[in-house]
Formats: sequence, structure tokens, C-alpha cells
Amino acid sequence: MSLLEVRDLTVSYARRGRWGRPHARPAVHGVSFTVEPGEVVAVVGESGSGKTTTAQAVIGLLPPNGRLDGGEILLGGADIAGWSQRRLQTVRGAQIGLVPQDPANSLNPVKPVGVQIGEALRIHRRGDRRTITRRVVELLERVGLPDPEVRARQYPHELSGGMRQRVLIAVAVALEPRLVIADEPTSALDVTVQRRILDLIDDLRAESGTAVLLVTHDLGVAMDRSDRLVVMKDGRIEERGATRAVLDAPQAAYTARLLRDAPALRAPELLFAPTSATAETSATAETSATAETARDARTPRAVPVSTRASGVEDGPREAAVVVRDLVKEYRAGGRPFRAVDGVSFEVPRGTTHALVGESGSGKTTTARMVMRLAEPTSGSVAIGGVETAGLRGARLRALRRDVQLVYQNPYGSLDPRQSIADIVEEPLRNFGLGDRPARRERVRDLLDRVALPAALLGRRPRELSGGQRQRVAIARALVPGPRVVVLDEAVSALDVSVQAQILDLLGELQRDLGLTYLFISHDLAVVRQISHTVSVMSKGRIVESGTTRQLFESPGHAYTRALLAAVPGTTARTTRAGQVTRAEQARQEVTR
Amino acid sequence: MRPGVILSWALIVLVALWALVPGVFTGYDPISGVPAEKLRAPGPGHLFGTDAVGRDLFARVVHGAVHSLSGAFVAVAVGLVLGTLLGLVAGSVRGALDEIVMRVVDVLLSVPGLLLALTVIILLGPGTVNVAVAVGVGSVAAFARLARSEVVRVRRTDYVEAAFGSGGRFAAVLWRHVLPNSLVPVVALAALQFGVAILAISTLGFLGYGAEPPTPEWGLLISEGRNYLATAWWLTTLPGTVVVAVVLAASRISRSIGREDG
Repeated sequence: MSLLEVRDLTVSYARRGRWGRPHARPAVHGVSFTVEPGEVVAVVGESGSGKTTTAQAVIGLLPPNGRLDGGEILLGGADIAGWSQRRLQTVRGAQIGLVPQDPANSLNPVKPVGVQIGEALRIHRRGDRRTITRRVVELLERVGLPDPEVRARQYPHELSGGMRQRVLIAVAVALEPRLVIADEPTSALDVTVQRRILDLIDDLRAESGTAVLLVTHDLGVAMDRSDRLVVMKDGRIEERGATRAVLDAPQAAYTARLLRDAPALRAPELLFAPTSATAETSATAETSATAETARDARTPRAVPVSTRASGVEDGPREAAVVVRDLVKEYRAGGRPFRAVDGVSFEVPRGTTHALVGESGSGKTTTARMVMRLAEPTSGSVAIGGVETAGLRGARLRALRRDVQLVYQNPYGSLDPRQSIADIVEEPLRNFGLGDRPARRERVRDLLDRVALPAALLGRRPRELSGGQRQRVAIARALVPGPRVVVLDEAVSALDVSVQAQILDLLGELQRDLGLTYLFISHDLAVVRQISHTVSVMSKGRIVESGTTRQLFESPGHAYTRALLAAVPGTTARTTRAGQVTRAEQARQEVTR
Repeated sequence: MRPGVILSWALIVLVALWALVPGVFTGYDPISGVPAEKLRAPGPGHLFGTDAVGRDLFARVVHGAVHSLSGAFVAVAVGLVLGTLLGLVAGSVRGALDEIVMRVVDVLLSVPGLLLALTVIILLGPGTVNVAVAVGVGSVAAFARLARSEVVRVRRTDYVEAAFGSGGRFAAVLWRHVLPNSLVPVVALAALQFGVAILAISTLGFLGYGAEPPTPEWGLLISEGRNYLATAWWLTTLPGTVVVAVVLAASRISRSIGREDG
């Protein structure tokens, strides 16, 4: 008997219409899958695919406006779909554990974490106070937190993101449930932390034979960590099967597209394939040829990935951006803290330089200093030969024409009250370029350039999808004709297929307009596709820099190697072939 | 829209029409009465009854709308414009100026609004316009505080930084991005303040600082009816009910503004 069997699950959300009339919007249609004991099943899909709704329905925690319209949820043979909340409480925690997505908001900030772990034990009446306290310490130790007695008395804000996620995992496994639902457990974490958390979930599963329902948007994570895969799109299952089989021969066209677009999944081959055309200073003929192919066919799989980074001609080029010994010091409680500590790099004109690092590495602060949105404590930045330090008034504004920024979050970087036309036109108005008809003309041109229909001109940002908004943000950055564009995690908030489109667009724009990019990212797989040169940052310093190929093929610094190893999807293809599946291993352990 | 909100808007529109075209709603003269018909109870001839000198009370309420509403408008306008301006400047310039403005606002907020309005009236002297200005000044602090908090929030958003990053000048960015995006809660407060202002103006009229008799101002009507509370209940109750209804409607509308955009 399956541990969990979901049959024909259908869920809809009630929405208030224009005049207050409620209408139901279906979110999940006829979804069926099973989870066997000790197995990891990954539910994969892009935003809006219904993957989280499915997980919420299984544990009976749909939002108030969500409704289970039909289907069965068999947990160990019993259909819990029609159960009351009170009755479900006996199941939650005890039989199904939940690891929520956001470690920052999922813990109560005014209670020590030990109390919060103990809560699960108290609610289900597992022992008196003393045994609960002892068990909490055990659990904290089990999820790999050092000094568990101390941690138990600490508040969530005293712990890092990774530690908080470990605490949440401790809550989920406190009662030794047979199934743990992990809803994007690592999406908010840095890659190296992500890897350790996923390892922890794996270890716990192997030790106690707990099955895991892993909800994720990251195909790489799903590949590395799951036995079976359920691919969802628009509330329906597109494909399901053994992870290995899906990976090798996807049946659904949608899965094939996801695989093609997921940047991480192409990395393993490239890592060991030095012949692939990473954009390089010498490969002029080759790259321009592949660039042609890319433009004609627009099928990224047919051409080497790095065609997105444009070809660079021979010989030395003048540097568009020169950064020397940049330092940013903050005062934290009287003590000076160096967020950026002596950073230097150069970006040749027409190329892409990537600053890679985890959160807190100082990469965004560096980008903001390049933009002169933050003042450096010391050091210098030169854009196109002009020192930016001390520029004020009109000369600073002239600099702003040359350097533009595209933000990470396309939901926050566009004024919600302006129309798309106004947003894109704004830099032209600010710089007083052209009269009104000429400006409108230029706005239309640029919208066309970023492949948005002119029909969107009168719309507001909220009517657009995330990818469309990021295209608008790119158009706004390009409209004053800058030579340098700083892209601060510009594709991180987007779904993989949209991400691939935006990266294609950026590559195309660079080739056609000769733009120089400074690309800030935590995602090495994306960096590999778009950049010519890379600097790896850690704790405010550049630990390693070089051409993309050098760095990815023969990383010199231990930190770079750790980052590369942590990219999800890297282990999927190299280690799994010919091995017994994890589920089989776990089942053997259970029966033993 | 919910039925309550529709009803509230309908009431406000009705009262606004009273103020604009009172002749459509009543044929009686609000100033000179018919002594023979004094102190009639509400009935078909006189919807709200008549007062001690035989004036139709409904006519006085309808004709009084213009005094109460225009007063409330002036009060809200004074509070809204001055308050938003102070909040916008304080919230976007920050630094010492912000500190000074906000500490003054703290002091103003710690004084009860009515007391503050009375103080201003004593400085300006009584009169309809002065009462309105006084009530408005009393609400400047609340507007300034709210506007500043919104401005500080909007000032930190990516799109404001992007506007500066694309060459925007300080004043242009404030006008184009910061002000419009800060305004929704401020407008909601203005709607609420409209009701509060009607109440405050009526209160000051009741206390005798506002319009002179025989002007049919709402607060004054209630005040004049006090002497007949035992014999003619309608003289205080019905104008009072109108005031309460308008204030409630304004507050309901204010809440709906806050919800729809927040």
C-alpha cells in the first residue's frame, strides 16, 4: 500500500469579482500521484503551476478561500480529504510534517526556538516538560546545529537563514512522521547552505525511512534529490515517472522545454567539455557563426549555451568600467564593518563581467557604488574613462545616461501608478531628450526591441507577467542609450523558461548595441551562460577572478570549488547512473 | 462595491445636493417662520416639524448643509494640503528638518483637537471661515504624520531609486513617484477627517463660536433646540441624526478607500 495516494485532486480558489460576486478559479485539476514509504517524490513546476496548492491540500492547509472540489487523499489507506480541521490536527505533525518555504517568516519571533520545537511535542502530549526539553535538544543536535542547549534558548533573529531552516526541519520531524512535505525548503537560501540543508533532509530520510514530498521550482534540486518526479503546469500533471527516466527521455514537450531552459542542467557537460564554445577572446569566427545560428533557430539546445555571451574581437580592448580598491565601510554598533573590502576589476567594452557570491558577500554594494547610488568609503570607479567620484549635479546626471541599472525584482522596480509608456519614457524626460513625438517613437522602438507588443503601452505594471515586467525594466534601462548596464540579479526572480528568454534577449542586445554588462548573481549556472569574465566574491573580497572558462573548468580557490559543487543538478548526472535508487535503499533499511 | 459603501456615497451625494441646490428639496424659507405654525411635530406638512418661531426644520437642515459642508471642506483642505506638504518634505529630506517638524507634530498631537481649534479661534476670532480654518489646523499634525510615514516607505522603493538613477531631479521624482504613491492612505484619512470636521464644526457651532443665529448651521440648530428638549424632541434629535449619518457615511467611505488600494 502506498503511504500517500492522491487521486483526481481538484482545488479551486474563490475570488471576489468586480461587483463583489464570488467566482471560483480552478487551481489544480485532476492531479493523481503516489508516495511510497521512504521515497522522495518531487513536484516540479513554475510559478502558478499549482504545486504548492497540491501540497497544501494534502496537509489540509489550503488558504481560507481555497476549496477542495473533489478527489481523494489516501494517507495509509484512509481518505483524509473530507476530514474536519480538528480531525486533521491528529494527522499533522504526527503523520505528516511540513517544512515551510520561508525560514525568515515561519518562526515566531518572540519565542525561543526550543519552545517552538517543543510545541509540537506538547500539542501531541509526548511526555512531560523534562522529557520534552531533552527531546528538543536531541532534535536540534540531530539537525546538525552546534551547541543545541544554547540554540534552544535563542530567538529566531539570532540564527542565520540556514540555521532557521534546520530548526523548521526539527519541528517537522519532531514526532517522526512517515511523510514530510517540504515546500521549496531551500529557495530562500544560498547555494552552499541549500546543499547542506538538502543533505540533511536526505540523511534524516535515510535514517528513519521518512518519505519526502519535495515541492520545488528548481529542476536541478529535483534531479539531485528525488526518486520520482511529478511535473506540473497550469494545475495539471504534464508528466510523472522515475526521475532518471524523465531526465533521460522526457515524454511531455513541456518537460523537455524545462530541461532545456534550466541553466544548471547543462552545466555538468560543460564542466568537463572544454571544447564547447565558451565565449572567449580568440573564438571570433566560431562565436559569430553560432550567434547567427542562435538568431535563426532560437533553439538554445541546438547551439552551445554560451552564445548568449557575444563574441569578442582579438586584441586588447579599452575598459568600459575600471574599479580600483573599492571599500565600503559601515559602522555597526561603533565597530567599523567592511561590506566591500578592496575590490578591483576591469570590464572590457562590449563584454559581460559577472560578480558572483552568496548573500552578504558585498556584490550588490559594489554594484551600487559603481552606479554611484552608494558612496564608496575609498577607492575609485571609472566609467568610460571618467572618474565618478565627486561628480555632482549635471555631471552626475550625465554619468547616469551612461550607466543604467536593472533591478532584481521587477515587481518593485516599476512605479505601480505609471503606464508602461510613461515608465519607459521617463529617462528621456529626465534627460530632456527629444520632443514628445520623438520620445514616443523611441519608446515604441525599444518596446519592440525587447519583444513586447505595442498594445502594452497603456497598461500598468500589475497587468503584466514577471517576465514582461523585466523586459520593461530592461527597455527603461536602455532608452537613454547607456554604454554600461548593471544587472543586479536581474533574472533571479523569474521562472526558468522566462529566465532563458531574458538571457537570450540580453545576449542579443549586447551583440547589437555593443553594451557592457556588469552582471551580479548568486547563480553560477546563469553566470556561466552570459559572462565573459567572472569575479567570485566572499565576505567583501574578490577571492578569484578570471575568464568564465578558466573559472568553471579549473577553479583555483576552495570557495569557488564549493560554490560550483553546490550548484543543484551537478550531481544528478554524474553519480546516479547505475545506482540503486534511494527509495530502494530506504525500503531495505525499513524492512531490516 | 459593498451595499454599505453605495449607501454611504448616496447619502453624501444627497447632502452635497442639499448644499448646492437647496430649493429643489424644500419650498420653505429657512430664516423667516410662520408664528402660527410653531412647534409642530414632524408630519406630512413639515417633515422634520417646526421650531419655536414656526420655521420648517427640514428647510433649515437642508439650507444649513452648505455651511457645514463648506466648512468641512475648508477644514479638510487646510489639513490635507499643509499636512501632506510638511510630511512630504520631512519624509524626503530627512535629517534635522525631519526631526524638528516631527517633534512639533508630536506636541500638536498631544493636545486634544477641539482644544487646539478653540485656541486658534481665540486668536482668529469667531466666524464660519475661522472655525473651519481652526478645525483644519487641528488636523495638520495627523496628516503630516501619516504622509511622512508613507513617503519614507515609498522613498525606499526600487522604482524611486530607479527614477533617480535615470537622471530624475529631486523635485520631479517627488512629484511624479513619491507623492502619488503615498497618497492613498492620506486620501482615506481625508475622507475620515471630513466626517470628523463636520462633527467638530457642529460642536464649535453648538458652543457658539461659529455662525451667528439665525444662520441654519447644523451645530447651532442642535444648540437652539436644547431649550425645547422636553417638549419638542425633534429640534435636537433630527439635526443630530443627520450629522451622525453624514459622519458615519464619511467614515465608511474612508475605510473602503483604504481597503481597495491597500
